[in-house]
Amino acid sequence: MISTIIIAFVVGGLVCVVGQLLFDVAKLTPAHTLSLMVVIGSVLDGFGLYEPFIDFAGAGATVPIMSFGNSLTHGAMAEAEKHGLIGVLTGMFEVTSSGISAAIVFGVIAALIFKSKGKVS
Amino acid sequence: MDAKAYQQTVEQLAPKRPVLRNCLAAFLTGGIICGIGQIISFIFMYFFPFTERTSSNPTVATMVFIAMVLTGLGIYKKIGQFGGAGSAVPVTGFGNAVISAAIEHKSEGFILGVGGNMFKLAGSVIVYGVFSAFVVALIKTILVQVGVINW
Amino acid sequence: MKNARTYQFASKPSIVSTAVAVGPLEKQSPFLPHFDLVYDDERFGQETNEKGHAYLIEETCKLAIMKGGFQTTDIDLLLAGDLVNQITPTNFAARELATPFMGMFSACATSISTLITASFFLESNLMERVLFGSASQHNSVEKQFRYPIEYGAQKPPTGQWTVTGGGFGILSHFQRDKPYVHSATIGKVVDCELKDPLDMGSAMAPAAFDTIQYHLSQNKGTSYDFVMTGDLGKNGSALLQELIRTSGVSSYLVDQYRDAGAEFYGNNDKFLSGASGAGCSATVYFGPIYAELLKKQWKKILFVATGALLSPLSFQQGESIPCIAHAVELSMD
Repeated sequence: MISTIIIAFVVGGLVCVVGQLLFDVAKLTPAHTLSLMVVIGSVLDGFGLYEPFIDFAGAGATVPIMSFGNSLTHGAMAEAEKHGLIGVLTGMFEVTSSGISAAIVFGVIAALIFKSKGKVS
Repeated sequence: MDAKAYQQTVEQLAPKRPVLRNCLAAFLTGGIICGIGQIISFIFMYFFPFTERTSSNPTVATMVFIAMVLTGLGIYKKIGQFGGAGSAVPVTGFGNAVISAAIEHKSEGFILGVGGNMFKLAGSVIVYGVFSAFVVALIKTILVQVGVINW
Repeated sequence: MKNARTYQFASKPSIVSTAVAVGPLEKQSPFLPHFDLVYDDERFGQETNEKGHAYLIEETCKLAIMKGGFQTTDIDLLLAGDLVNQITPTNFAARELATPFMGMFSACATSISTLITASFFLESNLMERVLFGSASQHNSVEKQFRYPIEYGAQKPPTGQWTVTGGGFGILSHFQRDKPYVHSATIGKVVDCELKDPLDMGSAMAPAAFDTIQYHLSQNKGTSYDFVMTGDLGKNGSALLQELIRTSGVSSYLVDQYRDAGAEFYGNNDKFLSGASGAGCSATVYFGPIYAELLKKQWKKILFVATGALLSPLSFQQGESIPCIAHAVELSMD
């Protein structure tokens, strides 16, 4: 169990380092970087590589944003396998991106509760 | 003023981004967030009927909830200034982008403000996640149907 | 003799009163003793940041009027602006002040562009008292130009912090014992094709250099206690000094040079390259420096306010950042 946590820590950290290099060296905006990483997650799942990655790295693979791309693609492909081409569209949100629904729900709740502050520190 | 010559002067004199320091901070921050995610995953697997693969769903939702609290309390932006990509790349960063926009635009009302602006920052992630999933799945489906590869 | 950009004001219009107000974070400024009003709430007790921004402008203007011993009805014209879309905070403040009003936008150079314009009206003798100045409120400006306040974006070392503050003054006919406008140079847009909105200092330095160089060429032989730019920040200041040094233009200015943005928050690294915003130059010029001029600590200062004339849309469309700098020579006999 401890080793899984450590692997998650190291892999997750390395994925973020890639993101940081895209920020600082490639000078991409956060939106560009995250969109790129989501697409990478999607492509990796197309090659069947993301699920084994999750088996190896656990949360180090499911917590970074690339896992969105993976779960959307996984859902699309699973449905396409069963129902053919139309499954590409119907399957996408079936293997839920719970992250997206959570973000929307908590976004509304947060807007109800919080006010933004401009403090530096 | 010669633009090219001035740009070279800027290259020389402007403070460079501390890439090594930023990468270390990103590694640490991202690693810790993923480590916490792993612990939360274990909690879901141990106390609830989730497997290693299905536990990612409630884990991600929980992490977004944590991001909401940290964002609302003004803590997440400090983590962001320190950790850079270490806070932006994990799904908590996605949550922070959506939730901070929602809080910010409350002044324009809930329909036009919160609802209309929530995905100001994070929308492209969803758009291109969906679109690339479509393209990848389409290509694979066609290749399978043509007989080149198997599922 | 008139020049295309530099004008001498023979009637010596004087700044007869000023007022400066700031928000809670600005308490960290070494200039704090010279700020008239310091608020504990960045929203100034209002419901939204934008309403707070308007309130800041309204209260600072009222204070400048009161300090001058005037009534609101004595003001012939309000010339002011801010950084928000369509300068609405200034528009709403002008509604409350109910003076004749013309909004102006020169980004962070608005403090000086309004002063220069006011000087022309006074010089023409068509007006008696013109209220000028500018302001910024951090949250409103971030919402307009960058990211939501709670978003965890990482600012690079060239980034600057938008000041919550407003500085306004009243320009009237010459009065002894008040600093007066002696000469001014109107800026031209300078664009060195830089595109990074998180490094405005680098983009604005060439504009400051262009205006300073022109002003000095039209005012040969004048010596200044110092030149103070508005908000180039530590990074932009270094670049401007390099430009001055390599051009051979008045090398003493490399030493007698200050920047309001670099000094505003002192040496606090949390504010990265320094302060910026329409309120940055306004609060420093019309607060501490004005006070020092009144005490005759200085005799002649060249204020050069700088502005980056971009919008979030122009950045998204891949455009570069065009900049401008306006200069005013303030003298005290």
